[in-house]
Amino acid sequence: MATESRLRIKTLIMVLAMVVCAVAGDLMLKRGMTDAGAVHFTTHGLLHFLASISTNATIWIGILFLLGFMASQMTVMSWADYSYVMPAGAFGYALQTFLAVVVLHETVSAKRWIGVLLICVGVILVGQTKPRTTECAVPEKAAAC
Amino acid sequence: MLTVLLLFILICGSTGGEVAIAQGAKTTGEPERMRPREILIFLGRAICSGWFWLGIPLMALSFFALLILLSWHPLSFVIPISALSYVVGALGAKYLLGEDVNTARWAGVILVCAGVALVAAG
Repeated sequence: MATESRLRIKTLIMVLAMVVCAVAGDLMLKRGMTDAGAVHFTTHGLLHFLASISTNATIWIGILFLLGFMASQMTVMSWADYSYVMPAGAFGYALQTFLAVVVLHETVSAKRWIGVLLICVGVILVGQTKPRTTECAVPEKAAAC
Repeated sequence: MLTVLLLFILICGSTGGEVAIAQGAKTTGEPERMRPREILIFLGRAICSGWFWLGIPLMALSFFALLILLSWHPLSFVIPISALSYVVGALGAKYLLGEDVNTARWAGVILVCAGVALVAAG
């Protein structure tokens, strides 16, 4: 029982780290790509696109956050199911909406609130299931699993 | 047509990449303790896994498809469609990783998928 509870707590911590990094990374990337302008599908257009993103600090900060997301996702997936972690990470969309209302004082449509509600119910449903349903993949570490 | 192809690359690339990386992380074995040093050692070992190097090109492909799609279309178009990756991911977890995706988990995945689509479209 204590092992199960420990597993849930450390999974929750890593999923929260994933969500924060993903939200910050997505916001930075969207801002950076808006600054860079539309991509034209020609050799010159693609080269121009690569040159403009490689010198865009906002895109690099976004990429750093996404690397943080990837590190926390890899760590949590070493013990928890992918099908448990992946939907739980969608809580970031709900967080983005709450931040838009609380911090930016934006008006949020009813459609978006319904979406947030569905995500929260979905995450709660997935959260009720066991974080790990597979056997330990590394026999030497079976005792810790 | 190019948009449909890029959406396909976005969904299948990110899901395939994540499934491969999940397999790599599982075969590496979890960190002994939740401390930065142990986690860094784990990440170093996981990066040496072949699964990781299968996942990275797939995710890179998906990432570039996302960048191009975001420059062409609004977020409210790209994200609702890419939300299908939650369903594709659950299928990958069940059939490729052998996870037990029970009814509650399926219901959660479908609600999350619909919710993400609504949030992005709203």
